[in-house]
Amino acid sequence: MKSGSRLERVLEAGHFAFTGELGPPQGANVEAIRKKASHLKGITDAVNITDNQTAVVRMASWAAALVAIQEGLEPNYQMVCRDRNRIAMQSDILGASAHGIRNMLCLSGDHQQFGNHPSTKGVFDIDSIQLIHMVKGMRDDKKFLNGDEIDGSPQIFIGAAANPFAEPFEWRVHRLAKKISAGADFIQTQCIYDMKLFREWMKQANDMGLTEKVHILAGVTPLKSGGMARYMATNVSGIIIPQEIIDRVANAPKGKAAEEGIKICVEQIEELKEIKGVHGIHLMAIEWEHRVPEIAERAKLIPRPQV
Amino acid sequence: MIVAERKPIDEIKEMVKSFKRVLNVGCGGCTSICHSGGQKEVDLLNEELNKAFELDHIPLQIDSFTIERQCNADFYLLLDEKMQSYDAVLSMACGAGVQFLSDRIPEKPVFPALNTIFVGVDRDLGWFEENCRSCGECVLGKTGGICPVTRCAKSLFNGPCGGTAHEGKCEVSKDTPCAWYEIHKRLKQQNRLENILLITPAREWRNQTRGTLVQEAYKERYAK
Ligand code: SF4
Repeated sequence: MKSGSRLERVLEAGHFAFTGELGPPQGANVEAIRKKASHLKGITDAVNITDNQTAVVRMASWAAALVAIQEGLEPNYQMVCRDRNRIAMQSDILGASAHGIRNMLCLSGDHQQFGNHPSTKGVFDIDSIQLIHMVKGMRDDKKFLNGDEIDGSPQIFIGAAANPFAEPFEWRVHRLAKKISAGADFIQTQCIYDMKLFREWMKQANDMGLTEKVHILAGVTPLKSGGMARYMATNVSGIIIPQEIIDRVANAPKGKAAEEGIKICVEQIEELKEIKGVHGIHLMAIEWEHRVPEIAERAKLIPRPQV
Repeated sequence: MIVAERKPIDEIKEMVKSFKRVLNVGCGGCTSICHSGGQKEVDLLNEELNKAFELDHIPLQIDSFTIERQCNADFYLLLDEKMQSYDAVLSMACGAGVQFLSDRIPEKPVFPALNTIFVGVDRDLGWFEENCRSCGECVLGKTGGICPVTRCAKSLFNGPCGGTAHEGKCEVSKDTPCAWYEIHKRLKQQNRLENILLITPAREWRNQTRGTLVQEAYKERYAK
C-alpha cells in the first residue's frame, strides 16, 4: 500500500470506487462543511475538497479536509499550482500527511482571471505534472524536490485530473500517459456528457496499456436545469455537452428539469460502469450534496464495500 | 524589442507639476521603434503638457532632448550637462533606461513617462505582441519555437491544461490562442511530437534575482 487510504484499498481490491466533492465555504463557516459532509458520509469512498475553485477565495482545502475527517469522511485533498510555490506546496503536503490526509489531487488550477481577485499574481512555479512527480518523489524516494532527505515521508495516494474533451483531442491520451509516468495512482476525469468521445479516449488508453497502470474514475455532474446545461456548454472551457442532453433537460416539463438531470446522470453512471478500464465514478454534484445519496442509490453505487 | 506604452497624461502631470523647469528625454532605441518614446512622442507629450498646464495656470517650462539610447553611457555626452539646468527630468525610455538615467543624476528627481510592458515583436504597424519573459533558460528548441512561459497563461511546461477551448483557444480568452495547442500543432507538422512526450522537470528559475552578464570575451577585463 502506498498510502493505505480507503480509496486506495477499494481500488486495489478491485472494487468499483465512488468519490464525491465538497467545496469549502467562502468563510470560516465550519457548520457549512459539516452539513455538506453529513450527506456524503458512508456513501462515498473519498470526497474531493476543492482548492479555491474557480480562483475564488475559500477556506484552505487542507483545513476543510481536516473538518471532513472529523466528520467521518475520507478527503481527497486538492492542490492547485496557481497559488503556491514549491516551498509552500511541499510544506503543505507534509502537514496534510501528518494530519492523516491520505489522498491528493494535483491540478494546474483555474486561471486567476476567472476568480474574485483577478489581478493577483499567479504563481505557477511548477505545473501539475511536475507536482505529481514531486509528490511521488517525496513519498517513494523520501526526497524533497531539490534532492534533500525527508524526515518522515508523506503517505499520499496520488491523483491527477484528465480531460478527454479539450483540444487537441489526439494529444489528450498522451497527456494522460505523462501523468501516469509522473506518478499518478488514480485519475479523475472532467465531467463526461459526450459518451462517444469518452469511449474513444478510453479505447486509446486501453490500447496503450494505460488502464493497467492507473485507476480511472469517470467524472459526472448532474445538470440541474436547461439554463445550467447551456451555460456550461458555452462558458466552461473543456466541457462538451451534446445538444440532445441539453434538450432533454431544457424540454423537461416545468419543475421536472432537475429530476431529468438526475435521471441522465444515473443512466450515464450505468453506462460508464460497463466501459473497460473505468474503475470508479467521481460525482461532482456542485452545491447539490444532498442529492448525492439518491443518485448513489439509483445508480446502485451503495452500499460501499467493506475494505 | 522592449515595448512600452505612455502613462495617462494626468499621472504624468501629477509627477512634474510642482517643478519649474523639466527636461523630457526621449530614447532613440526600443521605445522609439514602438512609437512610445522617440523624438516624435516627446514633442507630442510636451505639447499636451504645455496645453494642460496653461489651462491650469501652472507656470512650467518643459523642453525636449532625445538621445540615441538611454541605456548606455556613451550617449550621455551632451545630456549630462544639459540636465544640470533643470529641476526634474522626465524619461521616455523603458524602465531600464529610466534607471540608467537616474543613476547619472542622483541629486535630481527623474520620472518615467512610460509603462514598460514586455519584450515583444511587431505584429503589424503599431501592433506589438509579447513573446519573451526573459526567464533565463530558453526552451524554444523543444517547443517548436513557441514560448510556453510567455504564451501559456499558466506558464505550463507540460501542457496543455484541461481548459483549452474550442478551436485551440486559451481558457482565459476566446481571442488568445492556446500556446500548447500551437506547440502541438507545430511539432506535429515537423514530426517532432516526441519532444513533448517526456516530462519536463521543474525548472530552475533564474530570473528571481537581479541578473548581470559579462560576456566570456570580457571576463578578464572585469576580473577583480
Ligand atoms: S488553455 Fe493553453 S495557453 Fe491557456 S492556460 Fe491552458 S495550456 Fe496554457
